[in-house]
Amino acid sequence: MNSEQIIFYIFSFWFIASSLAMIFSRNAAKAVLFLILAFFSAASIWLLLEAEFLAITLILVYVGAVMVLFLFVIKMLNIDKSTLRAKFAGYLPLGLLVAAIIVTEMAMVLGYNQFGLGVMAAPARHGADYSNITVLALQLYTDYIYSFELAAVLLLIAIIAAITLVHRKEVNRKGQSISEQVKVQAKDRVRLVSITPKNKENK
Amino acid sequence: MTEFWQWIYELFPWFDGVFASIVIILIKAMALVAPLMLVVAYFTYAERKVIGYMQLRIGPNRVGPKGWLQPIADAFKLMTKEIIFPSKANIYLFLLAPVLAIAPAIAIWAVVPFDEGMYVANLDISLLYVLAIGSVGVYGIILAGWASNSKYPLLGALRSASLLVSYEIVIGFALVTVVMIAGSVNLNDIVMAQKGGVLNWYFIPLFPMMIIFFISALVETNRAPFDVVEGESEIVGGTHVEYSGMTFAVFFLAEYANMIFMAVLAVILFFGGWHSPFGGIAYLGAGFSWVPGIIWLLAKSTFFMFLYLWIRATFPRFRYDQIMRLSWKVFLPWTIVWIFVVALMTQFKIGPWF
Repeated sequence: MNSEQIIFYIFSFWFIASSLAMIFSRNAAKAVLFLILAFFSAASIWLLLEAEFLAITLILVYVGAVMVLFLFVIKMLNIDKSTLRAKFAGYLPLGLLVAAIIVTEMAMVLGYNQFGLGVMAAPARHGADYSNITVLALQLYTDYIYSFELAAVLLLIAIIAAITLVHRKEVNRKGQSISEQVKVQAKDRVRLVSITPKNKENK
Repeated sequence: MTEFWQWIYELFPWFDGVFASIVIILIKAMALVAPLMLVVAYFTYAERKVIGYMQLRIGPNRVGPKGWLQPIADAFKLMTKEIIFPSKANIYLFLLAPVLAIAPAIAIWAVVPFDEGMYVANLDISLLYVLAIGSVGVYGIILAGWASNSKYPLLGALRSASLLVSYEIVIGFALVTVVMIAGSVNLNDIVMAQKGGVLNWYFIPLFPMMIIFFISALVETNRAPFDVVEGESEIVGGTHVEYSGMTFAVFFLAEYANMIFMAVLAVILFFGGWHSPFGGIAYLGAGFSWVPGIIWLLAKSTFFMFLYLWIRATFPRFRYDQIMRLSWKVFLPWTIVWIFVVALMTQFKIGPWF
């Protein structure tokens, strides 16, 4: 085994182990942390595949933003574990069946017969001057410009939809009028008075 | 440098392959982290002295001549203090939080080019690496707030998480303008693109972006006037109320290492990195050519580090909703407008920067 294979197996082990730990951990915050570890391992495997832009984007978007919001929500919610685990035994047969189906399907689609080295040869290694990000940008902004822009517009619509769902009638909402706060002058708030002290002995 | 490594290879022929590269990277990392920790220690001393003088005080002056040994004494004090664990706190996460704070703060330095060819790693996407690793640092604060099992840390962590996520967007947009002009996301290439005198530096075409970047850096590093995460007068000490001794010191180190990094990043992106300001000027440029690039980089970043202290001593703390408004309603529109301005400037090749 060369060093690259050793690194690959280390990260794959961490990937699988942390994914399993995420599923089986009872504490929601710990589950999120294991998911972050899984993301890091996946990013490292992508780095081995020379997909450095994807790897960094995975960390930047998912670890840096999405998972922060997950932790945020977990802190705000008081998750009651007993109700979550109450009907565990009842749902177990159905869950196992679904899991078995998914595993079989994935094994059929992603197995050695479809993606093995015999079907798809290992990609050739690029030189040190090969820039993944330049190639990706050229592809995105020339060949796939319409799909790229469509995706951007879809995301924008999703943002607007989410905001309109939250922003309903103004009932009981308190807020400051920032422009009034900015415009305020010292003389509007503070009244300076000069008082002649009555008691002059205490000088 | 290459002759030196050649000499090493000839002296020790067995020193080769994976083992050698790991050892070399470790040596480089140590050569970077040890001075960094020293700078952090004396930055705290400078902070206390500078703010002291600004407030007509003397500052620390007891330990050593003029208080020079104060940071060392502080370090010993923090190391010997007891680490208190709050009852019913999650001990593993409680101890993991400082580690998650300091690890990105140090790892982020790997891509900083101090001089031509002087870096630990020359990544092709070092600017994105900086953004990604910088965004990981927030977990230290969030976990500290959650694992302490206490109200004030939780409030501080909630504030911090929302602030950091919103200001990351602003910083990202501000950096996009730099990338558009330089045509690269490699910090080395960005500095090389600013070669020449002071007129070639990016702070001239990107002046609003430079201001926005620096203010956002203040927010990202939880510095005054945006230090609502700690907010002594509101939530006691924010995320590190429950931390004592060395666990607190690690948070402290991480915060100051991040501050110094943001100062260095501002210099690299907007002030020509290691280039001398007298580059294109006839006699001055040649006269100063003997100065090593790292001296210029450190001198310029020292100014920004001083700015942190100056701003802290000058401005009162912002209210939380004011900081949020500043990010979403002021900075974000400005950065988007400036991206279009820079796009036009790049297209029509205005100025010496393109």
